Amino acid sequence: MAYEVNGKTVEHDEEGYITNLSEWSKELAEVIAKAENIDMTEEHWEVVNFLREYYDEYQIAPAIRVLVKAMKKKFGPEKGNNKYLYELFPYGPAKQACKIAGLPKPTGCV
Amino acid sequence: MSDVKKFLYVNRKAPHGTIYAWESLEVVLIGAAFEQDVALAFVDDGVFQLVKGWDTGELGVKNFQPSFTALGDYDVQKVYVEREALEERGLTEGDLIEMTYEDEDDDWAEKSSIRIVSREEMAAIMADSDVILSF
Repeated sequence: MAYEVNGKTVEHDEEGYITNLSEWSKELAEVIAKAENIDMTEEHWEVVNFLREYYDEYQIAPAIRVLVKAMKKKFGPEKGNNKYLYELFPYGPAKQACKIAGLPKPTGCV
Repeated sequence: MSDVKKFLYVNRKAPHGTIYAWESLEVVLIGAAFEQDVALAFVDDGVFQLVKGWDTGELGVKNFQPSFTALGDYDVQKVYVEREALEERGLTEGDLIEMTYEDEDDDWAEKSSIRIVSREEMAAIMADSDVILSF
């Protein structure tokens, strides 16, 4: 199973998470988002970039509760809440946004 | 949550060479995500997991030490490290990474999660826990 980006194939697992994290690119993110029926807006990118920064620093993809708290700290309560994040990523912000960000599935994500 | 149990994750092994340290951390993250009362204990060679400055470059494994510092975000506020285990290995608290949490009851002040305890105190902490998982 693989995504196609500019004629290149990028392998993913049965749930759509890419297997080699270093193969991620912005173009690939758009392709994954499309497969998830998401139109990437500036707000979507903000979350995706935030997740990538979090992963860079801590080497883990945060659970949703932790993501909400960390978003609140950085962007304020109007963005650091479940409703806002679920509106952007209806099938679970941690799960879907991590997939688009090219990160592993968050630990403890059901 | 109606029935919050006190979980104690006991880490006894050096960080590399076996999968125990990483598996333990993953289970801790899962347990904490489900809002249980989570505490960590580091005894024996487990104290090496918290010694600063890992370099896993030659091992071909991910350096997951930074993940320990994310535990504060998961509301893990109690990290017990056995004093005797440190002393027997020529280590002091200053050799350990910083782990912090924000105290909700104290205007979100940042506080250290690491508590150095004696072997005797560690035994009492274990006796007081509902569930002990040993790695």
